[in-house]
Amino acid sequence: MAAYNLIATTTVGSGGAASIVFSGIPQTYTDLKVVVSVRSSDTSANTGNYDPLGLQFNSSNSGYTARELYGNGSAATSASLTTMTSFTGVTVARLTDGGINNSNSTASAFSSVDLYIPNYTSANNKSFSMDFVEEQNQTANYGGLVAGLWSNTAAITSVSLFLKDGNFVQYSSASLYGIKNS
Amino acid sequence: MAVSAYEVIATTTVGTATSAVNFSSISQAYTDLVAVVKANDSNGYLFVRFNSDSSSLYSRTYLSGNGSSASSARGTGEAQGYTTADTTTNFSNVGLLNIMNYSNTTTFKTFLGRENLPASSVQATIGLYRSTSAITTVSFLSPSATATIAIGSTFTLYGIKAA
Repeated sequence: MAAYNLIATTTVGSGGAASIVFSGIPQTYTDLKVVVSVRSSDTSANTGNYDPLGLQFNSSNSGYTARELYGNGSAATSASLTTMTSFTGVTVARLTDGGINNSNSTASAFSSVDLYIPNYTSANNKSFSMDFVEEQNQTANYGGLVAGLWSNTAAITSVSLFLKDGNFVQYSSASLYGIKNS
Repeated sequence: MAVSAYEVIATTTVGTATSAVNFSSISQAYTDLVAVVKANDSNGYLFVRFNSDSSSLYSRTYLSGNGSSASSARGTGEAQGYTTADTTTNFSNVGLLNIMNYSNTTTFKTFLGRENLPASSVQATIGLYRSTSAITTVSFLSPSATATIAIGSTFTLYGIKAA
């Protein structure tokens, strides 16, 4: 029996998008998986040419904590993360210190993210596991792991992605999968 | 016709506190296995054993972060692998275990683990089980061998087919 099903997929069109939103998520699966390929319009000239990635469950702006472990090609670092303000002024979970290729990154380089959310309909707080890659064939690049928690017992009905300093550019894409254990 | 590559093999929700959750008689029809663990155990972690084998055939290298520093270490000649468990009833851990090419009988078995405890740590593990036997049983065990795996803990084993 198939356990892994596509719920929805989206690709950002010309003009970009401030967020990528999956709403009305069916409550019939056990786990969710979000696979993301995105790039930011941010023009910040930071080392690594990155824009931090953010997230909301159920449009909530509180209750988020995370531990991040990342490397930049020369050192490994760990950070504690909570929330940040997105490019459009929304308070969201901060998922990365580094994160997503911005407009100063090598052309056509998009970042990849794999987000796994087990037991998203349970009455317990919601934890998630995330891997991300921001590779651009330059001196500083970022890749990392994130252990995240949303301290809220509500079932997850929407997942929204944001950036701190830019919009998602055209051709950014995300797919939401449902995984069923029965 | 679309072919499903990812199928559930078995799932367990702990109804009575226990010292072990076993997936046995695992079908050999898949290529890889994936286990998803959301567990509460007072030890804060669980042992993982294959084929009920507690001999010193397991080794691992792990990379972890606690929110302020990053570290890496190794374990060799161990009697088991490991995955995460929460010590609270929030079940806030996420344990993911990928076991590659588990049914082959010619090579040792490798596995990749993610052990997430958002309140304290994030960790990735590469592991080796030095046995050429096909894996037919995957067990999650209380390190204290007592009934510390709490009610409501969930364990699911998926099979992934390459063809």
